[in-house]
Amino acid sequence: MARAIPKKPRRPLSAACGNSAGMAWGDIASIGFTAVGLVFFVAGTVGLIRFPDVFSRLHALTKADNLGLGFLALGLAFQAPGWTEIAMLAMVWALALVAAGTAAQMVARAALAEGDKDERP
Amino acid sequence: MMALAFDVVLAALLILAALAAVAGRGLFRAVIFFIVYGVLVALAWARLGAVDVALAEAAIGAGLTGVLLLAAHGRLRREGLEADPGAGGQGFAAIGGAGVALALGWAWFALPEPATATRAALDSALPDAGVGNPVTAVLLNFRSFDTLLESIVLLAALVALWMLARDGAWGERLGLPQHARPGGVLASFGRVLPPLGLLFGAFLVWSGADDNGGAFQGGTVLAASLLLAMMAGLYLPPRIGERLWQSALVLGPVVFIACGLVGALVWGGFLVLPPAYAKGVILAIETGLTISIAATLALLVIGPPEQAHNSGGAA
Amino acid sequence: MNGLDILALSASALVGLGIYGLLAARHLLRRVLAFNLVGSGLFLWFGAAGARGGVGVDPIPQALIITGIVVALAASALGVALVVAHARLSGPTLPEEAPCDPEPDNRA
Repeated sequence: MARAIPKKPRRPLSAACGNSAGMAWGDIASIGFTAVGLVFFVAGTVGLIRFPDVFSRLHALTKADNLGLGFLALGLAFQAPGWTEIAMLAMVWALALVAAGTAAQMVARAALAEGDKDERP
Repeated sequence: MMALAFDVVLAALLILAALAAVAGRGLFRAVIFFIVYGVLVALAWARLGAVDVALAEAAIGAGLTGVLLLAAHGRLRREGLEADPGAGGQGFAAIGGAGVALALGWAWFALPEPATATRAALDSALPDAGVGNPVTAVLLNFRSFDTLLESIVLLAALVALWMLARDGAWGERLGLPQHARPGGVLASFGRVLPPLGLLFGAFLVWSGADDNGGAFQGGTVLAASLLLAMMAGLYLPPRIGERLWQSALVLGPVVFIACGLVGALVWGGFLVLPPAYAKGVILAIETGLTISIAATLALLVIGPPEQAHNSGGAA
Repeated sequence: MNGLDILALSASALVGLGIYGLLAARHLLRRVLAFNLVGSGLFLWFGAAGARGGVGVDPIPQALIITGIVVALAASALGVALVVAHARLSGPTLPEEAPCDPEPDNRA
Protein backbone atom coordinates (compact mmCIF):
# COMPACT_ATOMS: atom_id res chain seq x y z
CA MET A 1 0.00 0.00 0.00
CA ALA A 2 2.96 2.29 0.56
CA ARG A 3 3.77 2.26 -3.14
CA ALA A 4 4.24 5.77 -4.43
CA ILE A 5 1.38 6.85 -6.62
CA PRO A 6 2.12 9.16 -9.54
CA LYS A 7 0.37 12.34 -8.66
CA LYS A 8 -2.38 13.27 -11.02
CA PRO A 9 -2.46 16.97 -11.79
CA ARG A 10 -5.74 18.47 -10.72
CA ARG A 11 -7.69 19.99 -13.52
CA PRO A 12 -9.22 23.29 -12.52
CA LEU A 13 -12.89 23.59 -13.33
CA SER A 14 -12.35 26.97 -14.91
CA ALA A 15 -10.17 25.37 -17.56
CA ALA A 16 -13.06 23.19 -18.68
CA CYS A 17 -13.99 25.23 -21.74
CA GLY A 18 -12.02 23.14 -24.21
CA ASN A 19 -9.88 24.39 -27.05
CA SER A 20 -10.44 27.78 -28.50
CA ALA A 21 -11.36 26.68 -32.04
CA GLY A 22 -14.47 24.66 -31.17
CA MET A 23 -15.40 26.81 -28.24
CA ALA A 24 -18.09 28.95 -29.76
CA TRP A 25 -20.05 26.00 -31.19
CA GLY A 26 -19.66 24.07 -27.97
CA ASP A 27 -20.94 27.04 -25.98
CA ILE A 28 -23.92 27.51 -28.27
CA ALA A 29 -24.77 23.82 -28.00
CA SER A 30 -24.43 24.04 -24.22
CA ILE A 31 -26.70 27.03 -23.96
CA GLY A 32 -29.23 25.48 -26.31
CA PHE A 33 -29.45 22.10 -24.58
CA THR A 34 -29.41 23.65 -21.11
CA ALA A 35 -32.25 25.97 -22.12
CA VAL A 36 -34.28 23.02 -23.42
CA GLY A 37 -33.55 21.22 -20.16
CA LEU A 38 -34.75 24.21 -18.17
CA VAL A 39 -38.00 24.26 -20.14
CA PHE A 40 -38.62 20.66 -19.10
CA PHE A 41 -37.79 21.49 -15.50
CA VAL A 42 -40.22 24.40 -15.53
CA ALA A 43 -42.89 22.17 -17.04
CA GLY A 44 -42.24 19.51 -14.40
CA THR A 45 -42.37 22.05 -11.60
CA VAL A 46 -45.58 23.60 -12.88
CA GLY A 47 -47.01 20.09 -13.02
CA LEU A 48 -45.85 19.40 -9.48
CA ILE A 49 -47.60 22.49 -8.20
CA ARG A 50 -50.73 22.45 -10.35
CA PHE A 51 -51.65 18.79 -10.76
CA PRO A 52 -54.38 17.57 -8.44
CA ASP A 53 -53.17 14.24 -7.02
CA VAL A 54 -50.04 12.33 -6.14
CA PHE A 55 -50.01 10.18 -9.25
CA SER A 56 -50.23 12.93 -11.83
CA ARG A 57 -47.65 14.94 -9.86
CA LEU A 58 -45.33 11.96 -9.95
CA HIS A 59 -45.95 11.71 -13.65
CA ALA A 60 -44.90 15.34 -14.12
CA LEU A 61 -41.85 14.99 -11.89
CA THR A 62 -40.38 11.75 -13.13
CA LYS A 63 -40.91 12.32 -16.81
CA ALA A 64 -40.32 16.01 -17.31
CA ASP A 65 -37.56 16.45 -14.75
CA ASN A 66 -35.57 13.44 -15.83
CA LEU A 67 -35.74 14.56 -19.43
CA GLY A 68 -34.66 18.02 -18.25
CA LEU A 69 -31.76 16.52 -16.34
CA GLY A 70 -30.75 14.60 -19.44
CA PHE A 71 -30.69 17.79 -21.48
CA LEU A 72 -28.69 19.56 -18.75
CA ALA A 73 -26.16 16.73 -18.75
CA LEU A 74 -26.03 16.86 -22.54
CA GLY A 75 -25.45 20.61 -22.45
CA LEU A 76 -22.73 20.25 -19.83
CA ALA A 77 -21.06 17.50 -21.84
CA PHE A 78 -20.02 20.14 -24.39
CA GLN A 79 -18.08 21.87 -21.63
CA ALA A 80 -16.36 18.71 -20.39
CA PRO A 81 -12.59 18.57 -20.83
CA GLY A 82 -12.51 14.88 -21.76
CA TRP A 83 -14.40 11.65 -22.33
CA THR A 84 -14.05 10.65 -18.67
CA GLU A 85 -16.14 13.61 -17.60
CA ILE A 86 -18.71 12.93 -20.31
CA ALA A 87 -18.96 9.33 -19.15
CA MET A 88 -19.42 10.59 -15.58
CA LEU A 89 -22.20 12.91 -16.67
CA ALA A 90 -23.88 10.05 -18.49
CA MET A 91 -23.56 7.90 -15.38
CA VAL A 92 -25.03 10.65 -13.20
CA TRP A 93 -28.03 10.82 -15.49
CA ALA A 94 -28.43 7.04 -15.63
CA LEU A 95 -28.25 6.73 -11.84
CA ALA A 96 -30.68 9.60 -11.37
CA LEU A 97 -33.08 7.86 -13.76
CA VAL A 98 -32.89 4.57 -11.88
CA ALA A 99 -33.25 6.30 -8.51
CA ALA A 100 -36.13 8.50 -9.65
CA GLY A 101 -37.92 5.56 -11.21
CA THR A 102 -37.59 3.52 -8.04
CA ALA A 103 -38.61 6.41 -5.81
CA ALA A 104 -41.63 7.15 -8.02
CA GLN A 105 -42.76 3.51 -7.80
CA MET A 106 -42.45 3.55 -4.02
CA VAL A 107 -44.20 6.89 -3.58
CA ALA A 108 -47.02 5.67 -5.82
CA ARG A 109 -47.36 2.44 -3.81
CA ALA A 110 -47.35 4.36 -0.54
CA ALA A 111 -49.96 6.75 -1.91
CA LEU A 112 -52.08 3.81 -3.03
CA ALA A 113 -51.88 2.26 0.44
CA GLU A 114 -52.57 5.64 2.01
CA GLY A 115 -55.64 6.08 -0.15
CA ASP A 116 -56.99 2.75 1.10
CA LYS A 117 -56.32 3.78 4.65
CA ASP A 118 -58.02 7.12 4.25
CA GLU A 119 -61.22 5.51 3.04
CA ARG A 120 -61.51 3.19 6.01
CA PRO A 121 -62.54 5.47 8.87
CA MET B 1 -22.98 39.70 -11.42
CA MET B 2 -24.35 36.29 -12.39
CA ALA B 3 -22.44 34.74 -9.52
CA LEU B 4 -23.94 37.26 -7.11
CA ALA B 5 -27.42 36.53 -8.42
CA PHE B 6 -26.76 32.82 -7.92
CA ASP B 7 -25.66 33.48 -4.34
CA VAL B 8 -28.74 35.55 -3.60
CA VAL B 9 -31.05 32.86 -5.01
CA LEU B 10 -29.19 30.13 -3.13
CA ALA B 11 -29.36 32.07 0.14
CA ALA B 12 -33.08 32.72 -0.34
CA LEU B 13 -33.75 29.05 -1.07
CA LEU B 14 -31.72 28.00 1.98
CA ILE B 15 -33.70 30.27 4.26
CA LEU B 16 -37.05 29.29 2.76
CA ALA B 17 -36.29 25.58 3.10
CA ALA B 18 -35.14 26.10 6.68
CA LEU B 19 -38.24 28.13 7.45
CA ALA B 20 -40.46 25.41 6.03
CA ALA B 21 -38.59 22.81 8.09
CA VAL B 22 -38.92 24.76 11.32
CA ALA B 23 -42.31 26.43 11.02
CA GLY B 24 -44.10 24.62 8.19
CA ARG B 25 -47.34 22.79 8.88
CA GLY B 26 -47.05 19.09 9.53
CA LEU B 27 -44.12 17.06 10.72
CA PHE B 28 -43.73 15.04 7.53
CA ARG B 29 -43.46 18.19 5.45
CA ALA B 30 -40.86 19.53 7.88
CA VAL B 31 -38.75 16.41 7.42
CA ILE B 32 -38.98 16.62 3.64
CA PHE B 33 -37.99 20.27 3.62
CA PHE B 34 -35.09 19.48 5.91
CA ILE B 35 -33.82 16.98 3.33
CA VAL B 36 -34.18 19.62 0.61
CA TYR B 37 -32.31 21.97 2.90
CA GLY B 38 -29.46 19.43 3.16
CA VAL B 39 -29.11 19.34 -0.63
CA LEU B 40 -29.03 23.15 -0.75
CA VAL B 41 -26.37 23.29 1.97
CA ALA B 42 -24.25 20.87 -0.06
CA LEU B 43 -24.69 23.23 -3.00
CA ALA B 44 -23.55 26.14 -0.84
CA TRP B 45 -20.41 24.24 0.11
CA ALA B 46 -19.70 23.52 -3.54
CA ARG B 47 -20.21 27.22 -4.21
CA LEU B 48 -17.62 28.04 -1.55
CA GLY B 49 -15.21 25.70 -3.29
CA ALA B 50 -15.11 23.27 -0.36
CA VAL B 51 -15.74 20.14 -2.41
CA ASP B 52 -14.76 17.76 0.39
CA VAL B 53 -17.34 19.31 2.72
CA ALA B 54 -19.90 19.39 -0.07
CA LEU B 55 -19.45 15.64 -0.59
CA ALA B 56 -19.78 14.97 3.14
CA GLU B 57 -22.84 17.21 3.41
CA ALA B 58 -24.54 15.67 0.37
CA ALA B 59 -23.94 12.14 1.65
CA ILE B 60 -24.66 12.79 5.32
CA GLY B 61 -26.77 15.93 5.58
CA ALA B 62 -29.05 15.14 2.68
CA GLY B 63 -28.68 11.37 2.49
CA LEU B 64 -28.30 9.59 5.81
CA THR B 65 -30.00 12.28 7.91
CA GLY B 66 -32.95 12.08 5.55
CA VAL B 67 -33.22 8.31 5.99
CA LEU B 68 -32.88 8.72 9.74
CA LEU B 69 -35.60 11.35 10.02
CA LEU B 70 -38.00 9.59 7.66
CA ALA B 71 -37.54 6.36 9.59
CA ALA B 72 -38.15 8.19 12.87
CA HIS B 73 -41.27 9.77 11.44
CA GLY B 74 -42.43 6.35 10.31
CA ARG B 75 -41.90 4.87 13.77
CA LEU B 76 -43.79 7.71 15.42
CA ARG B 77 -46.60 7.46 12.92
CA ARG B 78 -47.03 3.72 13.39
CA GLU B 79 -47.85 4.50 16.99
CA GLY B 80 -49.91 7.61 16.31
CA LEU B 81 -47.36 9.95 17.82
CA GLU B 82 -46.61 12.15 14.84
CA ALA B 83 -49.29 14.80 15.38
CA ASP B 84 -47.52 18.12 15.57
CA PRO B 85 -49.03 20.38 18.21
CA GLY B 86 -47.53 23.42 16.50
CA ALA B 87 -45.37 26.01 18.15
CA GLY B 88 -45.56 27.54 21.59
CA GLY B 89 -43.93 30.53 23.22
CA GLN B 90 -43.36 32.01 19.80
CA GLY B 91 -42.67 35.60 20.83
CA PHE B 92 -39.92 34.61 23.20
CA ALA B 93 -38.45 32.16 20.68
CA ALA B 94 -38.60 34.70 17.85
CA ILE B 95 -36.75 37.26 19.95
CA GLY B 96 -34.14 34.67 20.87
CA GLY B 97 -33.66 33.51 17.27
CA ALA B 98 -33.54 37.02 15.84
CA GLY B 99 -31.09 38.09 18.55
CA VAL B 100 -28.70 35.24 17.76
CA ALA B 101 -29.00 35.85 14.00
CA LEU B 102 -28.30 39.55 14.42
CA ALA B 103 -25.35 38.89 16.71
CA LEU B 104 -23.84 36.47 14.19
CA GLY B 105 -24.43 38.92 11.36
CA TRP B 106 -22.72 41.65 13.36
CA ALA B 107 -19.87 39.29 14.24
CA TRP B 108 -19.32 38.52 10.57
CA PHE B 109 -18.58 42.14 9.77
CA ALA B 110 -16.56 42.55 12.96
CA LEU B 111 -14.26 39.64 12.15
CA PRO B 112 -10.57 40.50 12.12
CA GLU B 113 -8.70 40.15 8.85
CA PRO B 114 -8.14 36.49 7.99
CA ALA B 115 -4.89 35.16 9.38
CA THR B 116 -2.59 33.93 6.67
CA ALA B 117 0.02 32.42 8.99
CA THR B 118 -1.75 29.09 9.53
CA ARG B 119 -2.42 28.72 5.84
CA ALA B 120 1.22 29.38 5.02
CA ALA B 121 2.35 26.92 7.69
CA LEU B 122 -0.03 24.32 6.29
CA ASP B 123 1.19 24.85 2.73
CA SER B 124 4.82 24.55 3.76
CA ALA B 125 4.15 21.39 5.79
CA LEU B 126 2.02 19.73 3.11
CA PRO B 127 4.88 18.11 1.16
CA ASP B 128 5.77 16.13 4.31
CA ALA B 129 2.20 15.05 5.02
CA GLY B 130 2.20 12.01 2.74
CA VAL B 131 -1.01 13.05 0.99
CA GLY B 132 -1.69 15.82 -1.47
CA ASN B 133 -5.21 16.77 -0.36
CA PRO B 134 -4.72 19.34 2.40
CA VAL B 135 -8.03 18.42 4.06
CA THR B 136 -6.99 14.77 4.32
CA ALA B 137 -3.59 15.92 5.57
CA VAL B 138 -5.24 17.94 8.35
CA LEU B 139 -7.64 15.12 9.25
CA LEU B 140 -5.17 12.26 9.36
CA ASN B 141 -1.80 13.85 9.97
CA PHE B 142 -1.69 17.35 11.39
CA ARG B 143 -4.77 17.07 13.58
CA SER B 144 -5.13 13.30 13.66
CA PHE B 145 -5.75 13.30 17.40
CA ASP B 146 -9.08 15.07 16.78
CA THR B 147 -10.02 12.48 14.19
CA LEU B 148 -9.07 9.59 16.46
CA LEU B 149 -11.22 10.95 19.26
CA GLU B 150 -14.04 11.59 16.83
CA SER B 151 -14.02 8.01 15.62
CA ILE B 152 -14.41 6.99 19.25
CA VAL B 153 -17.21 9.52 19.78
CA LEU B 154 -19.12 7.80 16.98
CA LEU B 155 -18.81 4.49 18.81
CA ALA B 156 -19.93 6.12 22.04
CA ALA B 157 -23.01 7.48 20.27
CA LEU B 158 -23.79 3.99 18.96
CA VAL B 159 -23.45 2.45 22.43
CA ALA B 160 -25.68 5.17 23.87
CA LEU B 161 -28.21 4.49 21.12
CA TRP B 162 -28.24 0.78 21.89
CA MET B 163 -28.86 1.56 25.54
CA LEU B 164 -32.28 2.82 24.49
CA ALA B 165 -33.31 -0.68 23.45
CA ARG B 166 -35.97 -2.26 25.61
CA ASP B 167 -34.80 -5.23 27.63
CA GLY B 168 -36.88 -7.67 25.68
CA ALA B 169 -35.51 -6.42 22.37
CA TRP B 170 -31.84 -6.62 23.28
CA GLY B 171 -31.03 -9.80 21.37
CA GLU B 172 -33.17 -8.88 18.37
CA ARG B 173 -31.99 -7.61 15.03
CA LEU B 174 -31.33 -3.88 14.86
CA GLY B 175 -33.99 -1.53 13.61
CA LEU B 176 -37.49 -2.19 12.44
CA PRO B 177 -38.18 -5.03 10.03
CA GLN B 178 -38.39 -3.85 6.45
CA HIS B 179 -41.28 -4.69 4.24
CA ALA B 180 -39.75 -4.78 0.79
CA ARG B 181 -41.58 -7.05 -1.62
CA PRO B 182 -39.13 -9.73 -2.75
CA GLY B 183 -39.45 -9.06 -6.48
CA GLY B 184 -40.33 -5.38 -6.22
CA VAL B 185 -38.55 -2.32 -7.51
CA LEU B 186 -36.81 -1.65 -4.20
CA ALA B 187 -35.36 -5.15 -4.18
CA SER B 188 -34.04 -4.66 -7.73
CA PHE B 189 -32.72 -1.23 -6.84
CA GLY B 190 -31.05 -2.72 -3.78
CA ARG B 191 -29.29 -5.17 -6.06
CA VAL B 192 -28.17 -2.61 -8.64
CA LEU B 193 -26.92 0.18 -6.43
CA PRO B 194 -24.78 -1.34 -3.64
CA PRO B 195 -22.07 -2.66 -6.00
CA LEU B 196 -21.84 0.79 -7.57
CA GLY B 197 -21.87 2.32 -4.08
CA LEU B 198 -19.04 0.05 -3.03
CA LEU B 199 -17.03 1.09 -6.05
CA PHE B 200 -17.75 4.76 -5.54
CA GLY B 201 -17.06 4.63 -1.80
CA ALA B 202 -13.70 2.94 -2.34
CA PHE B 203 -12.93 5.44 -5.08
CA LEU B 204 -13.70 8.35 -2.76
CA VAL B 205 -11.34 7.02 -0.10
CA TRP B 206 -8.59 6.31 -2.62
CA SER B 207 -8.92 9.62 -4.43
CA GLY B 208 -9.14 11.45 -1.09
CA ALA B 209 -5.39 11.15 -0.71
CA ASP B 210 -4.61 13.60 -3.47
CA ASP B 211 -7.93 14.78 -4.78
CA ASN B 212 -11.38 15.35 -3.32
CA GLY B 213 -12.82 12.68 -1.10
CA GLY B 214 -11.71 10.86 2.00
CA ALA B 215 -12.57 8.27 4.63
CA PHE B 216 -15.64 10.10 5.91
CA GLN B 217 -17.20 10.63 2.51
CA GLY B 218 -16.34 7.14 1.29
CA GLY B 219 -17.51 5.58 4.54
CA THR B 220 -20.81 7.41 4.28
CA VAL B 221 -21.40 6.16 0.75
CA LEU B 222 -20.64 2.62 1.92
CA ALA B 223 -23.02 3.07 4.85
CA ALA B 224 -25.72 4.24 2.47
CA SER B 225 -25.17 1.17 0.28
CA LEU B 226 -25.42 -1.09 3.33
CA LEU B 227 -28.60 0.65 4.44
CA LEU B 228 -30.11 0.25 0.99
CA ALA B 229 -29.34 -3.46 0.97
CA MET B 230 -30.95 -3.75 4.40
CA MET B 231 -34.00 -1.72 3.44
CA ALA B 232 -34.44 -3.78 0.30
CA GLY B 233 -34.55 -6.89 2.47
CA LEU B 234 -31.47 -8.37 0.81
CA TYR B 235 -29.37 -8.28 3.93
CA LEU B 236 -30.77 -8.65 7.41
CA PRO B 237 -29.53 -6.12 9.96
CA PRO B 238 -27.17 -7.68 12.51
CA ARG B 239 -27.82 -8.34 16.19
CA ILE B 240 -25.78 -6.41 18.74
CA GLY B 241 -23.37 -9.19 19.65
CA GLU B 242 -22.26 -10.28 16.17
CA ARG B 243 -18.50 -10.67 16.07
CA LEU B 244 -18.01 -9.61 12.46
CA TRP B 245 -19.87 -6.34 13.02
CA GLN B 246 -18.18 -5.70 16.34
CA SER B 247 -14.81 -6.10 14.64
CA ALA B 248 -15.84 -3.75 11.83
CA LEU B 249 -16.97 -1.17 14.37
CA VAL B 250 -13.71 -1.05 16.28
CA LEU B 251 -11.30 -1.72 13.38
CA GLY B 252 -10.71 1.96 12.58
CA PRO B 253 -10.00 3.18 16.12
CA VAL B 254 -7.84 0.09 16.78
CA VAL B 255 -5.72 0.64 13.66
CA PHE B 256 -5.56 4.34 14.48
CA ILE B 257 -4.38 3.76 18.06
CA ALA B 258 -1.94 1.07 16.91
CA CYS B 259 -0.39 3.47 14.41
CA GLY B 260 -0.26 6.11 17.11
CA LEU B 261 1.53 3.73 19.47
CA VAL B 262 4.01 2.75 16.77
CA GLY B 263 4.68 6.47 16.41
CA ALA B 264 5.16 6.78 20.16
CA LEU B 265 7.58 3.85 20.29
CA VAL B 266 9.55 4.35 17.08
CA TRP B 267 9.11 7.86 15.78
CA GLY B 268 9.17 9.88 18.97
CA GLY B 269 5.57 10.69 19.80
CA PHE B 270 1.98 9.44 19.76
CA LEU B 271 0.60 9.74 16.22
CA VAL B 272 3.85 11.16 14.88
CA LEU B 273 4.22 10.32 11.18
CA PRO B 274 7.63 10.62 9.55
CA PRO B 275 7.31 11.80 5.93
CA ALA B 276 8.75 8.59 4.51
CA TYR B 277 6.02 6.40 6.05
CA ALA B 278 3.21 8.92 6.19
CA LYS B 279 1.42 7.84 3.01
CA GLY B 280 1.34 4.17 3.92
CA VAL B 281 0.26 4.77 7.50
CA ILE B 282 -2.43 7.21 6.46
CA LEU B 283 -3.80 4.75 3.91
CA ALA B 284 -3.87 2.01 6.54
CA ILE B 285 -5.70 4.27 8.99
CA GLU B 286 -8.09 5.48 6.30
CA THR B 287 -8.95 1.94 5.23
CA GLY B 288 -9.74 0.89 8.77
CA LEU B 289 -11.54 4.11 9.48
CA THR B 290 -13.68 3.81 6.35
CA ILE B 291 -14.89 0.35 7.34
CA SER B 292 -15.65 1.50 10.89
CA ILE B 293 -17.38 4.68 9.76
CA ALA B 294 -19.48 2.74 7.27
CA ALA B 295 -20.53 0.20 9.91
CA THR B 296 -21.11 2.78 12.64
CA LEU B 297 -23.14 5.18 10.53
CA ALA B 298 -25.26 2.39 9.05
CA LEU B 299 -26.06 1.01 12.51
CA LEU B 300 -26.69 4.51 13.90
CA VAL B 301 -29.24 5.17 11.19
CA ILE B 302 -30.86 1.72 11.50
CA GLY B 303 -31.48 2.47 15.18
CA PRO B 304 -31.77 0.35 18.31
CA PRO B 305 -33.16 -3.19 18.14
CA GLU B 306 -36.95 -3.44 18.13
CA GLN B 307 -39.07 -6.29 19.31
CA ALA B 308 -41.19 -6.35 16.20
CA HIS B 309 -38.83 -8.56 14.18
CA ASN B 310 -40.08 -12.00 13.24
CA SER B 311 -43.38 -11.43 14.98
CA GLY B 312 -46.55 -9.76 13.82
CA GLY B 313 -47.20 -6.05 14.31
CA ALA B 314 -45.72 -3.76 16.89
CA ALA B 315 -48.78 -4.01 19.13
CA MET C 1 -21.74 43.09 -0.24
CA ASN C 2 -20.25 40.12 -2.06
CA GLY C 3 -21.30 36.50 -2.38
CA LEU C 4 -19.43 35.49 0.74
CA ASP C 5 -21.21 38.13 2.82
CA ILE C 6 -24.56 36.92 1.53
CA LEU C 7 -23.80 33.31 2.41
CA ALA C 8 -22.52 34.30 5.85
CA LEU C 9 -25.57 36.42 6.57
CA SER C 10 -27.91 33.66 5.43
CA ALA C 11 -25.94 31.26 7.63
CA SER C 12 -26.59 33.65 10.54
CA ALA C 13 -30.28 33.63 9.66
CA LEU C 14 -30.24 29.82 9.57
CA VAL C 15 -28.79 29.69 13.08
CA GLY C 16 -31.45 32.14 14.21
CA LEU C 17 -34.18 30.02 12.62
CA GLY C 18 -32.76 26.97 14.33
CA ILE C 19 -32.77 28.70 17.71
CA TYR C 20 -36.35 29.78 17.10
CA GLY C 21 -37.37 26.24 16.25
CA LEU C 22 -35.50 24.82 19.21
CA LEU C 23 -37.39 27.13 21.56
CA ALA C 24 -40.81 27.24 19.89
CA ALA C 25 -41.42 23.78 18.42
CA ARG C 26 -43.33 21.45 20.68
CA HIS C 27 -42.89 18.18 18.83
CA LEU C 28 -39.50 16.82 19.85
CA LEU C 29 -38.62 15.53 16.37
CA ARG C 30 -38.95 19.04 15.06
CA ARG C 31 -36.58 20.19 17.74
CA VAL C 32 -34.03 17.70 16.46
CA LEU C 33 -34.48 19.30 13.02
CA ALA C 34 -34.00 22.75 14.50
CA PHE C 35 -30.91 21.64 16.36
CA ASN C 36 -29.46 20.40 13.08
CA LEU C 37 -30.24 23.76 11.50
CA VAL C 38 -28.23 25.51 14.20
CA GLY C 39 -25.33 23.17 13.58
CA SER C 40 -25.27 23.42 9.80
CA GLY C 41 -25.75 27.19 9.93
CA LEU C 42 -22.74 27.50 12.20
CA PHE C 43 -20.69 25.23 9.93
CA LEU C 44 -21.60 27.39 6.96
CA TRP C 45 -20.68 30.57 8.86
CA PHE C 46 -17.39 29.03 9.93
CA GLY C 47 -16.65 27.84 6.40
CA ALA C 48 -17.44 31.27 4.95
CA ALA C 49 -15.12 32.84 7.52
CA GLY C 50 -12.43 30.41 6.42
CA ALA C 51 -12.97 31.36 2.78
CA ARG C 52 -12.12 35.03 3.19
CA GLY C 53 -8.52 34.50 2.15
CA GLY C 54 -9.70 34.38 -1.45
CA VAL C 55 -8.21 30.97 -2.26
CA GLY C 56 -11.11 28.70 -1.36
CA VAL C 57 -12.01 27.50 2.10
CA ASP C 58 -9.06 27.01 4.42
CA PRO C 59 -8.42 23.25 4.80
CA ILE C 60 -8.34 23.36 8.61
CA PRO C 61 -11.93 24.59 8.99
CA GLN C 62 -12.90 22.15 6.24
CA ALA C 63 -11.49 19.24 8.20
CA LEU C 64 -13.15 20.39 11.41
CA ILE C 65 -16.47 20.85 9.62
CA ILE C 66 -16.33 17.38 8.05
CA THR C 67 -15.82 15.78 11.44
CA GLY C 68 -18.52 18.07 12.77
CA ILE C 69 -21.02 16.93 10.15
CA VAL C 70 -20.36 13.29 10.98
CA VAL C 71 -20.70 13.92 14.72
CA ALA C 72 -23.89 15.89 14.07
CA LEU C 73 -25.33 12.82 12.36
CA ALA C 74 -24.37 10.64 15.33
CA ALA C 75 -25.94 13.16 17.71
CA SER C 76 -29.09 13.30 15.57
CA ALA C 77 -29.34 9.52 15.53
CA LEU C 78 -29.13 9.47 19.31
CA GLY C 79 -31.54 12.38 19.58
CA VAL C 80 -34.07 10.75 17.28
CA ALA C 81 -33.88 7.49 19.22
CA LEU C 82 -34.42 9.43 22.45
CA VAL C 83 -37.41 11.19 20.89
CA VAL C 84 -38.94 7.87 19.83
CA ALA C 85 -38.31 6.32 23.24
CA HIS C 86 -39.73 9.37 25.02
CA ALA C 87 -42.73 9.49 22.72
CA ARG C 88 -43.55 5.84 23.44
CA LEU C 89 -43.41 6.41 27.17
CA SER C 90 -45.07 9.80 27.53
CA GLY C 91 -45.97 11.34 24.20
CA PRO C 92 -44.02 13.27 21.59
CA THR C 93 -43.91 16.58 23.47
CA LEU C 94 -42.42 17.60 26.76
CA PRO C 95 -44.96 17.22 29.57
CA GLU C 96 -44.95 20.78 30.92
CA GLU C 97 -45.87 22.14 27.53
CA ALA C 98 -48.73 19.96 26.41
CA PRO C 99 -50.99 17.24 27.73
CA CYS C 100 -49.46 13.80 27.40
CA ASP C 101 -52.05 12.37 25.05
CA PRO C 102 -51.58 14.03 21.67
CA GLU C 103 -54.75 15.24 20.07
CA PRO C 104 -55.45 13.27 16.91
CA ASP C 105 -54.70 16.09 14.52
CA ASN C 106 -56.16 15.22 11.14
CA ARG C 107 -52.89 15.62 9.29
CA ALA C 108 -51.87 12.37 7.68
